Amino acid sequence: MEKDPYNIIVTGVGGQGNVVGSQLMGAVLVELGYKVTIGETYGATQRGGSVMSHVRVSKAQQLGPLIPPRSADLVIALEPSEAARVLGQFGNPGTVALVNTRPVYPVDVISGDRAYPEADLLLEKIRFLCKQVYFVEATKEALEMGNPILANIVLIGAAAGAGLLPISEDHLARAVADYMSPNLVEINTTAFRRGMRLVPNER
Amino acid sequence: MSLISKNEPGREFLLMGNEAIARGALEAGISVAAAYPGNPSSEIIESLSKVAEELGIYVEWSINEKVALEVAAAGAASGLNAIVAMKQNGMNVASDFLLNLNLSGIRGGLVLVACDDPSGISSTNEQDSRVFAKLADLPLLEPATFHDAKDMVREAFALSRAIENVVIVRSVTRISHARGNVVLGSLPEKRPAPHFDTSRPLAAMPVSVTHPRIHQRLKQAAEMLADSRFNTYKGPEKPELLILACGAASLFAGEAVSLLGLETRVGLATIGTTWPLPEAFLLKHLRSADRVLFLEEVDPVLENNVKELYADRNMELPRVRFLGKRSGDVPDTGELTPGTVIRIVGELMGATAPDAPSDFETAAKEALESFAPARSLAFCAGCPHRASFWAIKKALALDGRDGVVFGDIGCYSLAYMATGFYQAKTLHAMGSGAGMAAGFGKLGRFGATQPAIAVCGDSTKYHATIPALINGVHHSSDFLLILLDNSATAMTGFQPHPGRPVDAMGHEAPQIVLEDLCRSLGVKTLVKDPFIIEEAAMTIYELLQEKGPRCLVLRQECALVRAKTGPKRRPVSVDPEKCIGEDCGCNRLCTRVFRCPGLNWDVSVGKTKIDEAICTGCGVCADVCPRGAIVKETA
Repeated sequence: MEKDPYNIIVTGVGGQGNVVGSQLMGAVLVELGYKVTIGETYGATQRGGSVMSHVRVSKAQQLGPLIPPRSADLVIALEPSEAARVLGQFGNPGTVALVNTRPVYPVDVISGDRAYPEADLLLEKIRFLCKQVYFVEATKEALEMGNPILANIVLIGAAAGAGLLPISEDHLARAVADYMSPNLVEINTTAFRRGMRLVPNER
Repeated sequence: MSLISKNEPGREFLLMGNEAIARGALEAGISVAAAYPGNPSSEIIESLSKVAEELGIYVEWSINEKVALEVAAAGAASGLNAIVAMKQNGMNVASDFLLNLNLSGIRGGLVLVACDDPSGISSTNEQDSRVFAKLADLPLLEPATFHDAKDMVREAFALSRAIENVVIVRSVTRISHARGNVVLGSLPEKRPAPHFDTSRPLAAMPVSVTHPRIHQRLKQAAEMLADSRFNTYKGPEKPELLILACGAASLFAGEAVSLLGLETRVGLATIGTTWPLPEAFLLKHLRSADRVLFLEEVDPVLENNVKELYADRNMELPRVRFLGKRSGDVPDTGELTPGTVIRIVGELMGATAPDAPSDFETAAKEALESFAPARSLAFCAGCPHRASFWAIKKALALDGRDGVVFGDIGCYSLAYMATGFYQAKTLHAMGSGAGMAAGFGKLGRFGATQPAIAVCGDSTKYHATIPALINGVHHSSDFLLILLDNSATAMTGFQPHPGRPVDAMGHEAPQIVLEDLCRSLGVKTLVKDPFIIEEAAMTIYELLQEKGPRCLVLRQECALVRAKTGPKRRPVSVDPEKCIGEDCGCNRLCTRVFRCPGLNWDVSVGKTKIDEAICTGCGVCADVCPRGAIVKETA
């Protein structure tokens, strides 16, 4: 993370585990000596709504809990149309994104009131709004492990694998033990490792 | 193992604002903590409840905020430190006691944390609780960072003990529900033994004595807070613009100043001790600038108080132009965002942040308009409320007298939207549905013919509906109270309530059974399962034909609780032979109207299908389908 402050947005749909994912990521970064601020939107929005965590990282200062418009450096999206929503507001020509390709349909799509964007066009739009994007099948990977909720950790692993976050498997293990439970260390580090393998390290 | 109980002074952790507040209370050596859950305040007492056993403190989820304050006050009256937390609406409930407790004062330490929700992100209103501090003549502190939130709560206890009165700490969603670095302090080893000094009664009366005394105590607080480290200034000695900010707004302001490169031209004073005002600090800075911008959420509380101070002292001060909510420079409703603050400061200083290229802006706009479909709020897959409101809708249609459903506070507040088939017609405060229904049920004498239904969740029933029900019973009002019992305070995170056999600390507790409570008032009370949807609808219809107060408990476990404790109820599938899609004439009743996220309209084949990953197997849609095309296997 050469930039300071470094602004990360973890986005998805209520129930996909983005709050826990961003908390673990933030916990590791605090351990590494950073000032981290995370702003979360949930509450009523957890019931099928868009959920977004703003993770702000700085060596120098404790930042506010919201990222200014057009100021995201890294977007980690658990759902592709949520990636488009976040990039539309916070993306800039320098943003890097990691996007889980599995859609979660809004209730308005289920009801037939609205159409979900066509996959190819959606991915093309996401690509246009970033400097670089990694499309990852995180849910597929998590389902192979037996629980779709692990997609969040798979994506964090992918971000680390791509050299976008200074997080190692050991760091994550310590954060899971401190902030969640020692019993959950193994399953989470496995998901992290599987995520790391999904992307080429280009740095 | 919990982070907030770690006795590792100096260690730095990432804590949620509410956890930082809880930790501050532990560092101050609290013995008692009480609250009624409500976002954005819930995690304060939630996190304390998890360490209660380990640290030997008493924590309870009280029946409502007034009782929570009374429980905490009893601790403080006996010389202990006690914390009470509530969301902004809870301040209204607690305020009757608060505005008498301030007069009597207390003897230990009592800190009231009010968590406001600017923009009503998880609330029906966005009221600014800070006005209560002025109304009650009590000190008010406002943290701007997570670490400050912890330290401020700890110091609020010291202040409370010194002035023998309540101290209010006000947080907002963007502090309470955000996370940041917090350095742990030490935890005290022992707590005092409680003793109520019976030689010194605590009474609000006589007002001629107690009212002057709180003014004296507030003056004492002002002296103690005069040099508080929570009031800070950063910027040049003579700024072109002075920003006065509190809470999260001060973080946004600091960032706007640095993003716009205005560090040498704009000064930022962060006010942490909002009431009583730090007068000397403010007067010094009011002399340094001729333009002052107020940034705060939601009402112009600091703005108005500073203007009062300025008016009092105007003879000795230079001319100042005040910019804020009154001048129209700052929005006077809703929460502030970094984007809004950057725009305001930029316009006042003639500075702008660099724009993205225009083709990027066009694509970004298109992404928002065409590639990010809205996600409307909806009941969860398998939520019993969806079934309950379907039954209510059906019963009202059969009844045909244009019945009115009075709504209430909880997940089922959404019943005024599509997910509850637009059934609820009012939405206000905890318990107001039953109160209004009981009032409406007295209008028959004027020729009113519409039947009245009030809906109310289990936790809401205990919190505020009992007086409304008793009122309706005593006055023989014609109304049906439907209790939507999902066995949880689901909206705020499944905290236990008096209807549960367990308390906040996980101990077994006597259960107050909803239907027993209603029957004890002599009210006819039936209990049904909303998932047996036809029977539920017919029961409602039949009860609507009767006179006087009636109760129906619709009992079925919250789908989210159920998912944590048990497997999917049963497989549900769509028989593609029987589902004839658009040819049916039902006009996609299951997906378009019933709208359960477990169902999906498959555009490619023009039929409904089940999403196996989301469906909870409640089977209600099978009973809704007029063709019998949805098949539920025997549970």
